Amino acid sequence: MRCCLDERKDVIRRILVGTFKWSNKDKFMETIEQIQDEIIEDFSLFDDWMQKYEYIIELGKSLPLIEEEYKKDEFLIRGCQSRVWMRAERKGDRMFFKADSDAIITKGLIALLIKVLSGHTAQDIAQADLYFIDRIGLREHLSLTRSNGLASMVQQMKRSTTLVYSGKQEEN
Amino acid sequence: MDAPIHNLKKRLVREARTDFPILHTTVNGRDLVFLDSAASSQKPRAVIDCINTYYREQNANVHRGVYSLSQTATQLFEDSREKVKDFISAKHSREVIFVRGATEGINLVAQSFGGKFFKPGGEIILSQLEHHSNIVPWQMIAEEKGMKIRVVPINSKGELMMDALEDMLSEKVQMIALNHISNALGTINPVKEISALARRYDIPVLIDGAQATSHGEVNVQELGVDFYVFSGHKMFGPTGIGVLWGKEKWLEAMPPWQGGGEMIETVSFEKTTFNELPFKFEAGTPNIAGSIALGAAIDYIGQFDMLEIVKYERELLKYATEKLKEIPGLRIYGEAAEKASVISFLIENTHPYDLGILLDKMGIAVRTGHHCTQPLMDFLGIPGTVRASMALYNDQNDIDRLVDGLVKARQMLT
Ligand SMILES: Cc1ncc(COP(=O)(O)O)c(C=O)c1O
Repeated sequence: MRCCLDERKDVIRRILVGTFKWSNKDKFMETIEQIQDEIIEDFSLFDDWMQKYEYIIELGKSLPLIEEEYKKDEFLIRGCQSRVWMRAERKGDRMFFKADSDAIITKGLIALLIKVLSGHTAQDIAQADLYFIDRIGLREHLSLTRSNGLASMVQQMKRSTTLVYSGKQEEN
Repeated sequence: MDAPIHNLKKRLVREARTDFPILHTTVNGRDLVFLDSAASSQKPRAVIDCINTYYREQNANVHRGVYSLSQTATQLFEDSREKVKDFISAKHSREVIFVRGATEGINLVAQSFGGKFFKPGGEIILSQLEHHSNIVPWQMIAEEKGMKIRVVPINSKGELMMDALEDMLSEKVQMIALNHISNALGTINPVKEISALARRYDIPVLIDGAQATSHGEVNVQELGVDFYVFSGHKMFGPTGIGVLWGKEKWLEAMPPWQGGGEMIETVSFEKTTFNELPFKFEAGTPNIAGSIALGAAIDYIGQFDMLEIVKYERELLKYATEKLKEIPGLRIYGEAAEKASVISFLIENTHPYDLGILLDKMGIAVRTGHHCTQPLMDFLGIPGTVRASMALYNDQNDIDRLVDGLVKARQMLT
């Protein structure tokens, strides 16, 4: 049992260092679809829910924290289960997101979303079809009953992108 | 209370589990462990079949038709009211008003009773333990009338501070509205004692019994309260049906809340006269199937000895409490001496939401979050808890699965 666990952890670790890069400049070359396809491939390595969630938890732990100054109500996505703070920033014609949550699984899910959407143009983000959520079997997190689920995060990311672009929010 | 003569014909509580089809299904590939009965209980076959039979064989509108079907439906509907009356030991079945649930019952009293009797400058006493359903309706009428809400504090075990409650009593208080059992902490409140205190100042008492009716005997006369509300879905009955019981003298004096069919005697554009109790408060076609099935749920509970249910659940609570405490870093919220089978807890360095998600993956249903008791969570200084709540169909295996699941989830998260 022990060896299997270690092996599994190793796979996760390899995935984490292999394809999970926060500030990879090459990422700009990849489309939202390509990143989604990579994630789908990563997830195909897991054969049960535990591995999948261990990975999500690892992602959550590795997500850079949002600065304390942004952990304020104005950056909070409202919901009743876990708290999520998110901040959208514009650099040139691209959008960057930072986020945090008090729940680690939520944080892992945000990490995936950021990985997919961050660094793209407003137009691409607005039009993005996030099919990976379904394909990696996390659809349950999209349901409306799971407040603060992926659905409200996606909505918020798209909304703040529009806001930043229409100049309603200060840009950097 | 005299000890009731033990009825040998009563079924054993541990047989109950087989009556609930849903408990024999799987979730995420595992046998379902259902530990969220405080949110809504599961339904026994008897209740499911009752609804089925009603629509297949008995369906017709009530109190209207001269034909046999309508009379059968009316009879079943009114029989059910009678069952409710007996179940809570009310004086008259006309004191039993069918509503959608506890929430609607409280709103009815707040609007109708409060609308007529509440005076500006008056006070309404609630407690720190209340469900939003027993806060918001009172805030609404208090705002309208220019009244103040006062809140009975709790001690560190989650029990009402009775001396503080006593100190709050005065001529200004126009209603005391408290729950019988706290849905978040499981505290069983000393209702009898509270109504005795209230009587000194003639203050009416409303008890939110949403969490109480499936876990112990409720005798509204013995409790000495003025209003008692509960929901069918938390006592093995269907959703969308509940009961407001009120003392006849109050219900008679209160104006109708909603207007429509059923609740009138005669209607003309000049003047409408209202029907008598209980119909005065039941405007429109009622939830007929729901009411009848609530009667079936009451019959179901009646197969067991209520005292044995209490004893069984108390033992289960004790077992669960001991087992959970063995998990490192686990802290239980709510340790009232009188406590129902509800356990709220947190595990150090984990978020309830994460625990809830991982438990779900293991087929274990618990509730996470603030349990619609935000003021209580604020008071405890926590965003929410994980809550495992048990009913007569749960057993030690459910608890063992929960504990194993938590140990595993904790490993994954920390
Ligand atoms: C103590 C308490 N009061 C009131 C309610 C509201 O019941 P309902 O939603 O059935 O009206 C609940 C249910 O969650 C409860 O637990």
